[in-house]
Amino acid sequence: MSLAAKSNEIRMALTGNESVAYAMKQINPDVVAAYPITPQTEIVQIFSSYVADGDVDTVFERVESEHSAMSAVVGAAAAGARSMTATSANGLALMWEVVYIAASNRLPIVMPVVNRALSGPINIHCDHSDTMGARDSGWIQLYSENAQEAYDNTLQAVRIAEHPDVELPVMVCQDGFIISHALDNLYTLDDAAVQAFVGQNNPRYSLLDVDHPTTFGPLDLQDWYFEHKRQQAEGMKNALDVIPEIAKEYEGISGRDYGFFEEYRTDDAEAVMMVLGSTAGTAKDVVDAMRSEGKRVGLVKLRVFRPLPVAHLVRALRGKPALAIMDRAESFAASGGPLYKEIRSALYDCEQAPMVSNYIYGLGGRDIRPEDLRQVFEDNLRAAAAGHIEKPVTYLGVRE
Amino acid sequence: MAHILEIRWHGRGGQGAKTAANLLAEAASSAGRFIQAFPEYGPERMGAPVASFNRISTEPIRIRSGVTEPEVVVVLDPTLMRSGDVTSGLKPDGTIVINTEKDPGTIREQMGISGFRIFAVDANRISVETLGRRIPNTPMLGAVIRATGILDYDAFMENMELELKKKFGGRPEIVQGNLEAIRRAYEEVQSE
Repeated sequence: MSLAAKSNEIRMALTGNESVAYAMKQINPDVVAAYPITPQTEIVQIFSSYVADGDVDTVFERVESEHSAMSAVVGAAAAGARSMTATSANGLALMWEVVYIAASNRLPIVMPVVNRALSGPINIHCDHSDTMGARDSGWIQLYSENAQEAYDNTLQAVRIAEHPDVELPVMVCQDGFIISHALDNLYTLDDAAVQAFVGQNNPRYSLLDVDHPTTFGPLDLQDWYFEHKRQQAEGMKNALDVIPEIAKEYEGISGRDYGFFEEYRTDDAEAVMMVLGSTAGTAKDVVDAMRSEGKRVGLVKLRVFRPLPVAHLVRALRGKPALAIMDRAESFAASGGPLYKEIRSALYDCEQAPMVSNYIYGLGGRDIRPEDLRQVFEDNLRAAAAGHIEKPVTYLGVRE
Repeated sequence: MAHILEIRWHGRGGQGAKTAANLLAEAASSAGRFIQAFPEYGPERMGAPVASFNRISTEPIRIRSGVTEPEVVVVLDPTLMRSGDVTSGLKPDGTIVINTEKDPGTIREQMGISGFRIFAVDANRISVETLGRRIPNTPMLGAVIRATGILDYDAFMENMELELKKKFGGRPEIVQGNLEAIRRAYEEVQSE
C-alpha cells in the first residue's frame, strides 16, 4: 500500500476501531445488529452513536447475543438489506454456527473483526486464533496492517461481497489493541466519494422481492447439498478475479493500491518473511535496517487469506532461497501453524520452491520486538547459505 | 529513517494518562506530524498504576511494538515515583516530567535519581485553581511541550483549543479552564 492520497482526502487521527466505524458511517448500511458485551468492539459502540445522532439511516438492532447478531444480519441480508456487524474473539466463536450459514446462503455481509485471542486462559489481547478458526467457514478474509488499511478494506469489502460473481460475506480483520485501540494517522475519502464507490446493493434474490418469491435456508439433503457447496466454492474462486478489479477501482478514487499481498524489498532477497496484520509494519523497519547493512531480506504481507491467491504467491516466491512464515495462531496440529501449512502446501508443485520454516509468535498479545524479527531473518539467511533449515517450527518469544 | 520521539505516561486509573497521550497525539497530528497513541490495557481500576504511550515523527510510523525505551517519561502522580518502575528503560539522556509540589533538585535527592533531565510542575494545584478539580493530565501537556520542544507552543495551543472544543464544545468554561491550565504549567514548570 502506498501512502498516497487524493487531494480531496482528509487527514485524520483515529484508532482502528474509530476508522472502521467511520467507514461504516460513510457506507450507511441498511441494518447493523450487535450485542454490547466484552469482547464486542468499540466499532459498534461508536456506530451506535452515529445512529443516535441521526448521522446514518441504519436500523440498529440490539440483540441478546453474538449468535443472535449474526442471525439478525443473515435475516436482514436475505431480505435484501445491506447488513453489517462487528465482533472479536469469543464473540466470533459464539457466532460460529451462523457464520457458516451466512456464507452458504451467499449473503454479502461485511463484518469487521478485531483479532483477539480465544479463551482460555482468559485473555483480551491480539492474536489470530479467532479468524484462523473461521478460515473454513466460507468467508472472504482481508487482513489490515494499520488503521488506513482497516478503513480501505472495509469500503472495498462491501463491493467484493456484493459482486454478482462472488456473493459471499467478508471479514475485515485488524489486530486487537495494537491497531484497534491505537491512535494512528489515516486519510479518509469524503462521504460522496464513498457513496459513489459503494453504490446501491442490488441482490439477485431477496425475500422482499415478492414478485419473484425465493426460499432461503431450506432442507437440502443428498440430492442438492453438494451442488450448492460446489457453487459456493466457485464464488470463492471468482473472488480471485473480483478482488483486484475492486482494488483497481478503489485506487482510482484513493490513490492507494491494494494487491492480494504486498511485496516489500523482496526482489533479490535471500530470506523472505511472510506475515499478516500489524507485524508487517515493524517488519518493514527491520528489513530497512538489515538492508542498510547489506543483508538481502524482504517481506510479503498477505492481505487476502481467503481466497488464498496460490498462483500469485507461487510467482512471487519462486526462486527465493528461504521463506519464514509467521503465524499469530496455534492450530495444535503438532506440525506448525495454519498460514505455514497453507503456504507450504501451495509451494509443493513449484519449481525452485523456497525452503519454508514456521514461527509461531505473539499469542495472547505477546509483544513482537524488532529484535525478534531480526532473529528470524538471521536464522533464514543462515539457512539460505547452508542450504537447509535447522528447525521447521519455532515458538518465537516464549519462555520454555 | 526519521527520528521517532517515544513518550511514556505514568498515572493512576482515572487521572487521564490515556486522554493526555491522545490529546498530545491529536495536536501533533494537526501540526502535520505522524503519530501513535496507545494505552497499556490490563485490569483497569480507579487508582491502579496505568501507562500510556506516544510515538511522534515527521515521517510515517510503521513500528507496532510496545514502547520499552522511551526518551521521555511523564509522571502524573508523584506517589508512583516510589515504585521505581517509572525510569525503567528510559534512555540515559532521557527526560522525566513530574507532577509534584517539590522542585527538581529535591526530587532527585529524595528519589536517588542520577542522570536524566528532571522537570517538575505542581499540576494538581494548577488544575484545582483553573478547573476546580484535581485532574493533572491537561496541565502536564503544557509541561511536556516546554520540556521537549516537540511542538511550537502557539501552534500547539491553537490545536488544543480545537480539540477541546470538539470534546467540550457546549461548555466553554471547561475549554478555557484547560487552556489556562496548560498555559500555566508551560510557564511554571521548573528544570534544574
